Amino acid sequence: MNKQLRHVSVFALVLIAVLIGATTYWQTWAKADLAARKGNSVSLIERLTVDRGKILAADGTVLANNRKSRKHGLTFFTRHYPQNDLAPQVVGYATNAGTTTGLEQSLDDYLTGANTNLTNTFTQDLDRLGDRTVKGDNVYLTLRPDIQRLALDQLGGRCGAVVVLDTHTGAVVAMASSPTYNANLINQQNGYAKIGRIQGTCGDHTALQNNATVGLYPPGSTFKMVTAAAALDSGAYTPSSRFNDPGYCTEYGQRVSNAGNPDQNGPEAFGNVSLAQGFEHSINSVFCNVGMHIGGLKILDYAKRFGFYSVPPIETPPDESNASGLYKFDKHGRRLFSPTSNTQIDSGRLAFGQYNMLATPLQMALVGATIANKGVVPKPYLVQKVVGADGSTVTKTQPQTLGRAMKPETAAELNQMMQLVVQGGTAATVGFPPDLKVAGKTGTAELGLGNVYDSWFVAFAPADNPRYVVAVVVEKQPNGFGASVAAPIARAILEKLLHS
Amino acid sequence: MTLRNRELLALMTVGLLTAIGFATVYIALESQISGGSLGYAVFFFGLYLVAHVVTRLTVPLADPYLLPMAALLTAIGVTEIYRLGPSNAFKQGLWVVIGVGVFAATLFWLRHDYRVLERYKYVFGVTSIFLLLLPWAPGLGETINGSRLWIHFGGLQFQPSELGKIALIVFLAAYLREKREVLAQGRLKDWGPLLVIWGIAMLALFVTNDLGSALLYYGIFVAMLYIATARLSFVAGAVGLFLVGSFAVSQGTPHVRDRVTNWLSPWSSHRIYCPINGLHELRQNCQSFQQVQSLYSIGHGGFGGTGLGHGIFSSQSGRQVIPDLNTDFIYSALAQELGLVGVAALLLLYMAFVVRGFQIALTATDGFSKLLAAGLSFSFAFQTFVIVGGITRVIPLTGITLPFVSYGGSSVVANFLLVAGLLLISNRANRELGAA
Repeated sequence: MNKQLRHVSVFALVLIAVLIGATTYWQTWAKADLAARKGNSVSLIERLTVDRGKILAADGTVLANNRKSRKHGLTFFTRHYPQNDLAPQVVGYATNAGTTTGLEQSLDDYLTGANTNLTNTFTQDLDRLGDRTVKGDNVYLTLRPDIQRLALDQLGGRCGAVVVLDTHTGAVVAMASSPTYNANLINQQNGYAKIGRIQGTCGDHTALQNNATVGLYPPGSTFKMVTAAAALDSGAYTPSSRFNDPGYCTEYGQRVSNAGNPDQNGPEAFGNVSLAQGFEHSINSVFCNVGMHIGGLKILDYAKRFGFYSVPPIETPPDESNASGLYKFDKHGRRLFSPTSNTQIDSGRLAFGQYNMLATPLQMALVGATIANKGVVPKPYLVQKVVGADGSTVTKTQPQTLGRAMKPETAAELNQMMQLVVQGGTAATVGFPPDLKVAGKTGTAELGLGNVYDSWFVAFAPADNPRYVVAVVVEKQPNGFGASVAAPIARAILEKLLHS
Repeated sequence: MTLRNRELLALMTVGLLTAIGFATVYIALESQISGGSLGYAVFFFGLYLVAHVVTRLTVPLADPYLLPMAALLTAIGVTEIYRLGPSNAFKQGLWVVIGVGVFAATLFWLRHDYRVLERYKYVFGVTSIFLLLLPWAPGLGETINGSRLWIHFGGLQFQPSELGKIALIVFLAAYLREKREVLAQGRLKDWGPLLVIWGIAMLALFVTNDLGSALLYYGIFVAMLYIATARLSFVAGAVGLFLVGSFAVSQGTPHVRDRVTNWLSPWSSHRIYCPINGLHELRQNCQSFQQVQSLYSIGHGGFGGTGLGHGIFSSQSGRQVIPDLNTDFIYSALAQELGLVGVAALLLLYMAFVVRGFQIALTATDGFSKLLAAGLSFSFAFQTFVIVGGITRVIPLTGITLPFVSYGGSSVVANFLLVAGLLLISNRANRELGAA
């Protein structure tokens, strides 16, 4: 019987050896795959035992930190947002259930200290062995809380957004989205539903959405900055090129009227004007003729140089930004449309920013920043630096550019034309202090809702050596002319930035 | 050094390890538990000292390493059970006391000649069937997780199939010793009792849905049949019959079919009907929830583990990540806290135990002793394989206990009986070796 006994004993040992093999597989080979699986309760709970890094504003104001509690032998960290509703759409949130949005999502590796850095991994392993809490890196943003708060106050619950950039570096000084919400609601019971019920004055329940990067609005006349750049930079026109404005332009054999004016009945007619004057008074017929002459494709080509048709490379998650450009609407909803021939485009209307052209406030701020920055598109960024728990710098953002959109001379000409807008044009009534030397462009986008408009203003100052650019949009405003609704917000912000 | 002194030395080492284990858990969970944890280590050491004295008196020539290995496995189990819930560790401690009592009683009762058991083989055969089917009895049985394998006895829960396993091995050892020559000739009429076993295993599977025990019983049966007859064709036939039978049964019982589906594809990408809450859920959130969460726990342990007391088993709100963590899934808990290093060592310990067991079977001189020792050793290995293999997705998951480690009274008592049996056989074999 001994022979069989040996066989069976070997078989029994092989069975247990197989178990060692299988366990090895799960604990080494499949470990990463298991950890990354959705629904992995162990990973989810482990996340809460990490002392997640703080998120701080430029001046050190804490935007996100943790509250500590000890349960079942583990130390748990729950996210807390001391500034409540200041910038929840940018900072995002990290819930106890493991959901993340905004920078909390895209910077998760830094915040949890999981960024693949050998020293980091090693110290973490030591921390685990020594029963010390794993500490994440702290993130300093470029946001200035005073400007951010001012922007929110100025929007005052109206739907819209404000983007303020440093024109030289592309650093985001403020990125306010309205309506906003208290980020601390997210970890409360029914908090998510409460946020869903927050309503802006426009009637939309979009508090969670970052209007500055996601919101697609018809840019209206602010798009004339792009058209003018194309007209001047391609050499087709100069600022003094002459036009005759009868109050309309003729496209496809039909009249396209100028916009109405707040203090006049019906469209204005300016008669014999230059391109610069057409820009100053935002005359649609002038740009309509420019568009028909240079063609829609040329305008879109310049738009792309400013960053249209691609999602701006900012640190928030890519799915929390939209690309600006022409959109097509069909039964699948809206999608970006890239025409290949001028016959596919209503070039005249595109030239003054109507005809399915949609842009985000961030994109329009970049257009302004590019003009201010002598034709070079700055790369926008929110993260100033990442600092380890021990105080050492992990990364520091170096300002970058996204290429040149136009010649420096063209940018200088546009800068001049935008100063005219503020001095004697559509924004003359806003009351910008002359010493600020503001250059700007109004926009009053028709929505097909009668006299309810999306009100725009894009401005930078000081014009001769620009430091800040502001883009403001306020949605669905009755008689919401750019100069009367959006421009005062830009004024308040530029005054605060440059006067104090 | 004499065999018994070796045993004592090994037991002292185990006592030291137990003390370290409890101290580790105590330090890690200081805020939660009292300083009495070292008392557990002292208590267990005392208990095993008693067992040691009994072996000195009854089986002086028996293998010196089986008892310390059993002690170490029990200590690992109780330490982890204590870490998961100190109150359960107290109950488990009581069961170990009962287990040691049964161990001592068995050794005293059979110290002269255990081979008297051979005479009562049919009593053991009937007992094993009775115990396997007992949970089926109305009023006694209770269905847990879709399997009917527990009985209620006053306030105590008991899994009778664990004891039935020992009875089955005794019956098979006796029956096969007697019939091995005629069985090897392959005459049909000698096969009656074995076909009965096959039928019973299938019936048990069908009525109690206890896939684990059915597999265990049948595995023991096939292994012992092979040892007795040396016919691989019997093994092939038996395995074939089992596959056919269990396939047929699985067609009729959704529980068994579910287990197989969960094994093959625990993660589903689309929602399917979930019988637990009547909604449509992903399979990993419903039927295979336990299996999948247990794999997450194992994976999280990685190579070195989180350390005793530092594993993640419950959420912030106190909800347990893996249900039945201290019984069927204690291996997942150990794998997370001790890591690959720890559980590989644990499995090597099982291997060492099995090696010693088969060694005893080889040195034994008579057929009954050989078959009994081999059956007990194989059942120990196979039970480990069935539960850990199920957890690590080598085979479909079934709910049986990890010998000596899992929380559960019937399992502890049955395994002490198993060790007692092996020691008795070893003692006799070594005595005869010395005499010859």
